[in-house]
Amino acid sequence: MGATRERILGRIRDAVADGRESDWRAELDQRVEQAPQLIRPKLPDDLFACFSEKLVLGGGTCERLDAVSQVPEAIARFLKTNELAPKLRAAPALQGVVWGDVLHVNFGNTRGDDLVSVTPAFCAVAETGSVVLLSSEESPTSLNFLPDVHIVIVDMKQLVPHYEDVWEKLRVFGEVPRAINFITGPSKTADVEQTLQIGAHGPRNLHVLLVSDLGIDGPCADSA
Amino acid sequence: MEPHSHDFKKNAAQAAGDEQLRLALAKAQDGFVGKRAEVVGLLPEFEPLREQGKTIRNHVLANLDYYLERYEAAVQKQGGQVHWAETPEDAQNIVRDICKRVDAKLVIKGKSMISEEVALNEALEGDGLDVVESDLGEYILQLAKEPPSHIIAPAIHKTKAQISELFYNAHKKLGFNKKLDTVPDLVNEARQVLRSRYLEADVGITGANFLIAETGSNIIVTNEGNGDLSCTLPRVHIVTASIEKVVPTLDDASALLRLLARSATGQEITSYTTFSTGPRRAGDSDGPEEYHVVLVDNGRTEMLAGTFREMLRCIRCGACMNHCPVYGAIGGHSYGWVYPGPMGSVLTPSFLGLKEAGDLAHACTLNGRCSSVCPMKIPLPDLLREHRRRQFEAKLTPKVANYALAGWGFLAKHPRLYQPLMALGMKMMGLVGRRKGRFRSMPLASGWTNTRDLPAPQGETFHHAWRKRRGEK
Repeated sequence: MGATRERILGRIRDAVADGRESDWRAELDQRVEQAPQLIRPKLPDDLFACFSEKLVLGGGTCERLDAVSQVPEAIARFLKTNELAPKLRAAPALQGVVWGDVLHVNFGNTRGDDLVSVTPAFCAVAETGSVVLLSSEESPTSLNFLPDVHIVIVDMKQLVPHYEDVWEKLRVFGEVPRAINFITGPSKTADVEQTLQIGAHGPRNLHVLLVSDLGIDGPCADSA
Repeated sequence: MEPHSHDFKKNAAQAAGDEQLRLALAKAQDGFVGKRAEVVGLLPEFEPLREQGKTIRNHVLANLDYYLERYEAAVQKQGGQVHWAETPEDAQNIVRDICKRVDAKLVIKGKSMISEEVALNEALEGDGLDVVESDLGEYILQLAKEPPSHIIAPAIHKTKAQISELFYNAHKKLGFNKKLDTVPDLVNEARQVLRSRYLEADVGITGANFLIAETGSNIIVTNEGNGDLSCTLPRVHIVTASIEKVVPTLDDASALLRLLARSATGQEITSYTTFSTGPRRAGDSDGPEEYHVVLVDNGRTEMLAGTFREMLRCIRCGACMNHCPVYGAIGGHSYGWVYPGPMGSVLTPSFLGLKEAGDLAHACTLNGRCSSVCPMKIPLPDLLREHRRRQFEAKLTPKVANYALAGWGFLAKHPRLYQPLMALGMKMMGLVGRRKGRFRSMPLASGWTNTRDLPAPQGETFHHAWRKRRGEK
């Protein structure tokens, strides 16, 4: 095993060694540690409008709420419109929300027998209409993929223009979680005759709630 | 899989006559080309992003040893393990050993071209493991016992009726007794059948669109979510990736992701872009207990040292085949191995040798569309020409072609001989073909005249016409 590694790396070194400056290693260290300034596409000023437009393009839907107290009502409404029972599985991170009695809420992970899940997101990205979810004990990844309907709650303050803004926030947060999921719309496939079909293996619905002053703890609330 | 690239001419001729395939390919190419053009048009920065992407990938290749070591250290720091494979057999054995050690029975797979390249499924099935492909296209092909015919739309050549038949035969025993005829029903049945497999699987194997040296993460990009279920639910996650997939930072990966989905499916981003880093953390209620990465060389270090280094910039988007008239006429299977289209015609001879796959380099009209859409600006026609040159040098081209070319080359270098001979030839052909204006058949040119008529020359050479024109002025 070690010998294989050495042979592969040795061949690479032979192929690339020519023309390296004496301080190449320090330069590369720096290249990794201070992420390079790369081209970021120009975006319109209204980030929410941009986010919303792109998310819809990907097959998702979203709404904007003024306060976290409106979350249960908004979810109940969404479920009713989609003819679903007011029952859901929420990530433990959302235990702090006052859920009231319009919804039947269970907290914890799923093994595939929950129709609806609600999870918090770390960021929303205007560039592509994506939500960014970090895995943790408080926000298990299975909730993002196994239920038929996935509802995501994001703090309006966490709506950022570009992917790179997510990385800046993540570097402040410190830890790289096991899974970072950029989610842009429901699960889909075009593998049968190039015909777009929603709901391949994951959720058939993605609904995003952007909330001013979400006020919950953890990475989703951010230190900024 | 066993390569059949040496049969290219025969397979291509057969495929070109397949009406159903022609319709499927035309539909797919139209869709991909149109959607790509549309999203590229929405992004004024696309061209600078391409140039930047090329620069990033060149930088990685020029420092591949550094980035691989840095990536390896980052994976280990997060509790993952990195394995190095020189050959397909190495890669197979590493994965087989892990599966044996964890006493795996069922393996669920996300889409991975490198696992096709190293023939992983066959090796695992040889050990008695149950291996299930979870990408819908790959699943269809697994049932059909066929290789992919496109790198991002593997079942592009299959019709709805064929898929319905495959599902009916495979799912009967699971209690699905109806023959389905709509796309939603077919997708839904596959969803139901595969759902339990994700939950039962012991090991999940995925590929990697990129590996990130900064964090030790692997990225997978999907629309179905199958790759995510494959790497979240089983107790072991194995990533198979080729060594050139590494990029320096999350920012570099983002810059390349802006090019990938647009070039591949004509989307700005796919439904799911996932960064996986190491095994589950303390307190986590899901995620794998073990996280392994198998880094595969299989000839890439040799490419790095030579003329074909530029090909290692490839990010496997498939834009080159979507825009290739030859691919559009013969489909992916004709190429006889894992990678089809222009990128396959460059890669396959590099991996399998010119003796096996040299003919692929001739499956090109040198129209240049592939390189003009390649997000990594790989000069695919130049690299194909380089294969042709080497094939000629190694005397692997047919003798008739060699003599004909040598003869023409001699004449072309002796204009005093060339011009009168051409004038005579054209005059004769002009006379013979004057009545019909075309030839139905022609000695030594049956390759042309078998499928279309050869227009008869007007009796005058270009040189002659040119001189006349200049004289008139």
